[in-house]
Amino acid sequence: MSVSADTITAAPSSRWSLSRLAHDHNFLGLLFLLPAAVFLLVFLTYPLGLGVWLGFTDTRIGRAGVFVGLENYELLWEDQIFWLSVFNTILYTTVASVLKFALGLWLALILNERLPFKAFFRAIVLLPWVVPTVLSAIAFWWIYDAQFSIISWALQRMGLIDAPINFLGDATNARASVIAANVWRGIPFVAISLLAGLQTIPPSLHEAATLDGATSWQRFRYITLPMLTPIIAVVMTFSVLFTFTDFQLIYVLTRGGPLNATHLMATLSFQRAIPGGQLGEGAAIAVAMIPFLLAAILFSYFGLQRRRWQQGGAD
Amino acid sequence: MSASTQTAPVREPLVGDEGGMGYLERLPRRLVTVYLPLFVFLFVLLFPFYWMAITAIKPNAQLTDYNNYSPFWVVEPTLDHIRYLLFETSYPGWLVNTIIVAVAATFVSLVTSVFAAYAIERLRFRGARFVGLAIFLAYLVPPSILFIPLALMVFNFGIYDTKLALIFTYPTFLVPFCTWLLMGYFRSIPYELEECALIDGASRWQILMKVLLPLSVPGLISAGIFAFTLSWNEFIYALTFIASSENKTVPVGVLTELVRSDVYEWGSLMAGALIGSLPVVILYSFFVEHYVSSMTGAVKE
Repeated sequence: MSVSADTITAAPSSRWSLSRLAHDHNFLGLLFLLPAAVFLLVFLTYPLGLGVWLGFTDTRIGRAGVFVGLENYELLWEDQIFWLSVFNTILYTTVASVLKFALGLWLALILNERLPFKAFFRAIVLLPWVVPTVLSAIAFWWIYDAQFSIISWALQRMGLIDAPINFLGDATNARASVIAANVWRGIPFVAISLLAGLQTIPPSLHEAATLDGATSWQRFRYITLPMLTPIIAVVMTFSVLFTFTDFQLIYVLTRGGPLNATHLMATLSFQRAIPGGQLGEGAAIAVAMIPFLLAAILFSYFGLQRRRWQQGGAD
Repeated sequence: MSASTQTAPVREPLVGDEGGMGYLERLPRRLVTVYLPLFVFLFVLLFPFYWMAITAIKPNAQLTDYNNYSPFWVVEPTLDHIRYLLFETSYPGWLVNTIIVAVAATFVSLVTSVFAAYAIERLRFRGARFVGLAIFLAYLVPPSILFIPLALMVFNFGIYDTKLALIFTYPTFLVPFCTWLLMGYFRSIPYELEECALIDGASRWQILMKVLLPLSVPGLISAGIFAFTLSWNEFIYALTFIASSENKTVPVGVLTELVRSDVYEWGSLMAGALIGSLPVVILYSFFVEHYVSSMTGAVKE
């Protein structure tokens, strides 16, 4: 305020325009937005565009590329490993997301019951999600060890199997193992988010339905599920998105092996681009993920719209 | 472990026999429908941590000798693995790097996000809604499709293999997240407070600094904790942009330097994973509510 007091005496006309600027929403808005906007334009929008452009070039590490049109994509079209990675990614995402949703919803329903030490349970349930993925994946690596796996040992002691399970050496086992590790990490996020949604459902609805003689399954099917649908849509979109673009878990556990059976598009893109040096081809694989992501984002957008409408709020 | 899973179903009919009537079956029923699944969930979710911890303090002789020692317990716990980790590897340096990078990236992201969220939510300039949507979409852009072009940019800027590379790139996922979270938080603060301040002649800057920010401290803590955890856990950028051992972060360092070709030193690996997880777990345990609210808030808003 002292600044404007100074400008009053100094130059009345400039004070007038300054104060008008200081009250102009558009100008102030842009000014306040500037740091974030610059950051995101330089480090997010530009690289996104650069990535698409790289997909059309034959850039390698240490050598600027030239425009080669669709050559990278034509090569990928013929590439068995690429299609295998697409298949793996879809399989991984579908199976892991379904499991995460089913188990997460189940855990959320359990945690929504009357329980002693509920806050404590809720807190420790989230731990797998808090811990760095790479570090918990290393723990899984040890749990999945071909010789000294604790799971194999326990099953052998129970007499269920004869030889140790080759968790990461066999294609089917490796796929199941990485999916299990991903589900382990994803359940807490789904459960705690859905729990937050469950707690917004008014208990009076359940009471009314119980009085009308509804069974617990009917109450779940006709009250809980419809009330929860919008938040399920959003949570699952996030979950699908992050599972689809997963990199860390695979990189730690299998690096795409055995025989590329667990290569996801993200790990293949990394392998071709950074150790392989083919930045252009890696970028093309990354770009090939975008259509799937767009589909997920559109899904999320309509989920959000519906939620606003349900709350009766203006957007 | 297997013993206790089996006892629960065995105990259940015993209690059920005492009651007999439908209403009195509530406790045994709850045992099967609530407590047993909860116990299994907790066991599965927490076992890897237990396994990590117990491996980290096992002497090498017991580590793989399941016949003579029960794998679930440790007879003579040792701190050798931790000592090796702290004094004979670059681990302490990686910890310091991770702290520096996470704190700096969180700070930068919080400051820019506060201004951006205030502009979008309160100044309501033309196009604010569009920018809000764009921020949300930016949050959905995954690092796995950005790391190749970013690697090229980082190299051209001459910050390859420095902490700056990470401090500049982490906000790409932190700023959208924090902005989105703070927008939701600002929305919950009554606009009337701001109007009062405006009538009293406060500038927008003063309103933000003296009215809005003091009221949003919980939101700022939530966003800060979450951003710190996200930067601590980040992997693909740190793996791609950092080459030399002394600049690595904990997740990358543990994976690329502690894992040697043939012999896996599981003890020190697990100790590394455990110590690397501790800072975020401790932070989390102090701010559970903030953490949960930021996670669910981001989904709900």
